[in-house]
Amino acid sequence: MLNIIRERLHQGYRTLNYPFVSPTISPRFAGLPSLTPTSCRSCNHRACLTVCPTGALRVTAEGPELDMGRCLFCRACEQACQEHKITFTHEHRLAAYTRDALIVRGPAPEDMERPGIRQARGQQKRDLSLFGRSLKLREVSAGGCMACEADVNVLGTLIYDLGRFGIEYAASPRHADGILVTGPVTENMRKALLDTWDAVPEPKIVIAVGVCAISGGTFRGSREGCNGVESVLPEGSVDVYVPGCPPNPWTILDGILSVAWKNA
Amino acid sequence: MFNYRESVAWADVPLMSMNDLRSAVVERCRKGWRMLAFFGVPASDGVETVCVLADASARLLDAMRAKPGREYPSLTPQCPQAHLFERELFELWGVKPQGHPWLKPVRFRPPAQGPRSSRPGPAQADYYRVDGAEVHEVAVGPVHAGVIEPGHFRFQCYGENVMHLEIQLGFQHRDVERLILDAPATRALPLVENIAGDTAIGHATAYCTVLERLAGIRITDRAHILRRLALELERLANHTRDLGAIGGDTGFLPTSAWNGRITGDFLNLTAELCGSRFGRNLLCPGGVKWDVDAALSQALVKRLRAAFRDARGSVDVMLETSSVLARLTGTGKVAFEDARSLGLVGMAARSCGVSMDARMDWPLCDLDNGSLHKRMRTTGDVLARTLLRSDELNDSAASAENDLLQLGFSSGEEPCRVAMPASMPPDRLAVAQVEGWRGEICHVGITGNNGQWLAYKVVDPSFHNWSGLAMALRNEQISDFPLCNKSFNLSYCGHDL
Repeated sequence: MLNIIRERLHQGYRTLNYPFVSPTISPRFAGLPSLTPTSCRSCNHRACLTVCPTGALRVTAEGPELDMGRCLFCRACEQACQEHKITFTHEHRLAAYTRDALIVRGPAPEDMERPGIRQARGQQKRDLSLFGRSLKLREVSAGGCMACEADVNVLGTLIYDLGRFGIEYAASPRHADGILVTGPVTENMRKALLDTWDAVPEPKIVIAVGVCAISGGTFRGSREGCNGVESVLPEGSVDVYVPGCPPNPWTILDGILSVAWKNA
Repeated sequence: MFNYRESVAWADVPLMSMNDLRSAVVERCRKGWRMLAFFGVPASDGVETVCVLADASARLLDAMRAKPGREYPSLTPQCPQAHLFERELFELWGVKPQGHPWLKPVRFRPPAQGPRSSRPGPAQADYYRVDGAEVHEVAVGPVHAGVIEPGHFRFQCYGENVMHLEIQLGFQHRDVERLILDAPATRALPLVENIAGDTAIGHATAYCTVLERLAGIRITDRAHILRRLALELERLANHTRDLGAIGGDTGFLPTSAWNGRITGDFLNLTAELCGSRFGRNLLCPGGVKWDVDAALSQALVKRLRAAFRDARGSVDVMLETSSVLARLTGTGKVAFEDARSLGLVGMAARSCGVSMDARMDWPLCDLDNGSLHKRMRTTGDVLARTLLRSDELNDSAASAENDLLQLGFSSGEEPCRVAMPASMPPDRLAVAQVEGWRGEICHVGITGNNGQWLAYKVVDPSFHNWSGLAMALRNEQISDFPLCNKSFNLSYCGHDL
């Protein structure tokens, strides 16, 4: 018993006062992409397009365009672009309310490193303020590789302490305000996902976490379904998109908070 | 037979009759060889089966192939470790192993070739049933109460006692092996890293090793050290998390709470290497993408020591508590004979007294294993798996620290990446075995006559070990399931691919 108390004192208090204090994330972390608007017409290489594993990049007349909903944040394009028009910043807050808002077209805003809650990109599809004080989520892994699941789960640990925001993972969809989906949604999980969704009482929300849930990620085009939540659930049902492969836990926390935080 | 570090010409893999293959495999397995993989490869007239066998005592591999026709006498009655491979062959290629004791789909997917419409619904099949007035059946999943992957469990119970547990997976099937063949080359490595997200380093190491062995490329010692460092950090993070989960399911909450945080500390060390907590984008064929210089090495050693001190302290208070030990002792036993005959791998097998660890049996390089040892336990229960993981924490932390120090000292002396040839040599087969934190990860790559993949086979440790979990539940109480499950913590998507 004394040993447990001694160890408890050693382990200390670890919860970070997020979002008022910025978390420390590895300097090598790839966050929000920043693109220089430029005509890529002079560039004959188009190396960025060939190295991208998931077709997340497009080159338009106004310059490069990067879809975070497909991006693995692998930096291959950053290294391939000889004119250094594509860079990845250290900003971990990446969530968006609409699919289109995940597409990055210009440079990253300059004030982004400032701590504090920020609205997710784009406009809410509907008013989410109802969920602002208490949010119970049913997590559905539908083909997820356990990386997203692990970083969703970790939000319950004492560094993040999800409970202090009034957010919890519910064991049953009947007790939930919405579902949080990870994974590309395999053919064999299609029905289970739809059944879970149907079992959640209205009004309900959907949070798609990870590039797989958003677009299928690396599994896009598989013959076993795998093109993301929106290929299965009714159109317009996803309220928040959290990109990354997998997203950093702080990115996921920011995404969930963009639904449910009293000051959001 | 061939050296495990070399590739072999596809033409030199003997083509024999299915009966000869069957007797050769049964004979070898009787002598202690192990079946690494047994799978179908498309051939001009249907399918050929390829079997890769390993003899750890001589560090030799052997591969053989046969044309199975529409059916052949099953290997499983004589060689139980073939049971899932044969079910897989049946599901994918329609080749029927006559006399297989439990022939049903593995993943409930359509056949590899032909119409895709005729697929069974997920987990829609016959289940092993016990009948009797007081016998009841408990069905759980696919969607579970926690934040975990989907799978279906059927318990046949008599009162509280579980007479049999049947585990039916397949919900996570993404067709990864097929995608590796079809997807653009730039996507192959990210795909492999997503086979089982908590074992990205293990699978990436296996994939890169297959490519390097095919090409006959030797990577630098520095690259090997970086890969080993990442692999041991992966082991530290996962063992720490699972030891915490075992604490949670025992009702010992301090360790459960602390380990959740300490797991993150180890994952964040991996993130310092490459930006990703799960080691995505660290490895590449030819070596690793990110190096560690003296300053980073110093900073990481300091953080590693602190995280290990916290993990050790947290796990020790749990293992000193008699009520925890009482709960773990004798629970979820797997017998040595079952572990061997079912072909369990990794720490689950070592906990039953089966001596196997790819780090020692099939080393990836000539570097000394240093503080890594083949840890063994003999009781095969949850306690054995817990103590074994606790022992491996010490080894992995010491190894990671040494590797970090060495990377710091020798910074800049040699590159961490060598160039790979533009294309793979045609018509060759190579195998890689990597000891991931769950156990041996086996990849087999075969190139066709154009240097493109003819087949790529991935065997995750979970493929073998789910059968071990089912055995662990026999004659236990149903309430022991969560604890037994955490002590294995197997991957659903690694099994389902």
